[in-house]
Amino acid sequence: MSAEGLILNCENVVVDYDGFKALNNCNFSVHYNELRVVIGPNGAGKTTLLDCICGKTKPSSGKIAFGNNIELVGKNAEDITKLGVGRKFQAPSVYGNLTVWQNLDLSLKRASKGVFPTLMGKSTPAERDRINETMDTIGLTQDAHSRAGSLSHGQKQWLEIGMVILQDPSLLLVDEPVAGMSDKETEQTGRLLNSLAEKHAIVVIEHDMDFVRQIARVVTVLAEGTVICEGTVEHVQADQHVREIYLGRAKVAH
Amino acid sequence: MPEQMQPQQNSRETLSFYLVGAIFLVVMPLLNVLPSEESWLHLSDFRLNQFGKFLCFAILALGLDLTWGYCGVLSMGQGVFFGFGAYCMGMYLALQIGKESVYGSDLPDFMVWTQVKELPLFWYPFKSFWGGILGAILVPVIFATIFGFLAFRSRIKGVYFAIITQALAFAAWLVFNRNETRLGGTNGLTDFKQVLGYRLSDPSTQLGLYILTVLALIASYLLCRWIVASRAGKVLIAIRDSESRVTFSGYTPWVYKLFVFVVAAGLAGLAGMLYVPQVGIITPAQIGVLPSLEVVIWVAVGGRGTLIGAILGAVVVNFGRSVLTNYFPEAWPFILGGLFVVVVTMFPDGLVGIIRKLFSGGPPAAGVAMPKPQAQGGR
Repeated sequence: MSAEGLILNCENVVVDYDGFKALNNCNFSVHYNELRVVIGPNGAGKTTLLDCICGKTKPSSGKIAFGNNIELVGKNAEDITKLGVGRKFQAPSVYGNLTVWQNLDLSLKRASKGVFPTLMGKSTPAERDRINETMDTIGLTQDAHSRAGSLSHGQKQWLEIGMVILQDPSLLLVDEPVAGMSDKETEQTGRLLNSLAEKHAIVVIEHDMDFVRQIARVVTVLAEGTVICEGTVEHVQADQHVREIYLGRAKVAH
Repeated sequence: MPEQMQPQQNSRETLSFYLVGAIFLVVMPLLNVLPSEESWLHLSDFRLNQFGKFLCFAILALGLDLTWGYCGVLSMGQGVFFGFGAYCMGMYLALQIGKESVYGSDLPDFMVWTQVKELPLFWYPFKSFWGGILGAILVPVIFATIFGFLAFRSRIKGVYFAIITQALAFAAWLVFNRNETRLGGTNGLTDFKQVLGYRLSDPSTQLGLYILTVLALIASYLLCRWIVASRAGKVLIAIRDSESRVTFSGYTPWVYKLFVFVVAAGLAGLAGMLYVPQVGIITPAQIGVLPSLEVVIWVAVGGRGTLIGAILGAVVVNFGRSVLTNYFPEAWPFILGGLFVVVVTMFPDGLVGIIRKLFSGGPPAAGVAMPKPQAQGGR
């Protein structure tokens, strides 16, 4: 049962890869207009969790309620996208042979994405304004007609965030947005996500703890496919269990 | 205009389209009609007819370029759809022979010698001209819809789809070879006399058919170009480059693949329909595995992902064949195979890519956006 004020409620989600439980009775919920950060060691199931929500992976069991109690399990990725779940992948995945403009134009939310409406469709001035606005937000106005494949790594990450924004999702799933970015780019991305959180619910997976401190309000810690701790950054960092399995290792690594 | 991307490239493609169109539609027929037969400028009826055949192949190649070059769906069974179109037209033409046939029967000759006493039911629609024309387009379209639906729905893609379509070509070849299919077996359909009262042996009929073929090619090109330039065309490229990502933009890839596959089948049917009256014969040899594979070679040689490349590839390879088989008949398969290997490994953008490099060091294939254009303020 989804509680009041929750945009996403995952209950007892299990993903079983031939005996290996990538997610093991995972319970995870997000409020409207919340920016949630998910951390956890490698193999904790963070990406698998996002895959289940957006329909890329089918859970073996469990329920995922979205918005007004819509069950996502069993729906395919296109339909989940249309319901308002946007996904930004870990490796920047943009359409390399299309221009920045075309990438955004394809992603823009439209009444129908069937063959014939898409074949006949022309962008309305309002749609063009929205695309231009988004290009401004992600700082790619100068590159509107460049091939997306020729952009720098950071620009591709931003383009993909722009593509997700234009889908008008009520829930954004963002997988490691600052991987491979410079410090300056990382900071800009943090600001971008914070401003987006005013209108959308966002789930961010991140490893970079400095970045987590910059953007996080509530942090969820995943380990071995289950949520082991949830709270503010300070709370999570103080948790003994978390220190053992995650921060301890991270400290050694730093 | 944001949708009018790649202005320079578009105008170049338009220019080459006008140029090619003018040569085929105006210059070649004039060279056939105006100069005296002794003049070196004279284009013989034989050559013109031959080019008519090549242009049919160009229509066939356009369809494959749409599916393979733009959407990344390699079909190795285009010959089957070509064959459906050709046989539909062939059945109409065979029924037009009438009493002029060798046995003087209303039935086509092959039915007489295979002891078929009555016209099989499925031949009836082809008694009418429009039955032949509509059948030539609709039979491949309907067949491709069913076949494509089953294959794409089941998420069959890449090399698996290529293999299945090749198996389809082989199966079709076997079926058309059987006398029981009532389509003339290995001999196919031939010895046509007339279409709508025009004698097929008459050079002016052949000139008319040639011009009709050029017009059909132009229409096919414009159709493909419209598809490619639309937003749906961009979805096709997105599917080619990253199919799984497309679903997260809200599109259902298999429906788009089915759409281009069906368009390509329709074009193949049109090509077959125009081919038969000009060549005068259709046999199972034209629809099997090898002819289907040759289409792939034309498109690869001309340049995948450029519509003009598909036309160029079909005409150049076939013209090359007609010239070279005169001199080295045995070597042709090796030349064709070698050409394919060289193009695929060294010139992935085909002839169009080579021409672009020669003339400009310019932009890559049309399916591909320009690398770094002039600075654009605003949009």
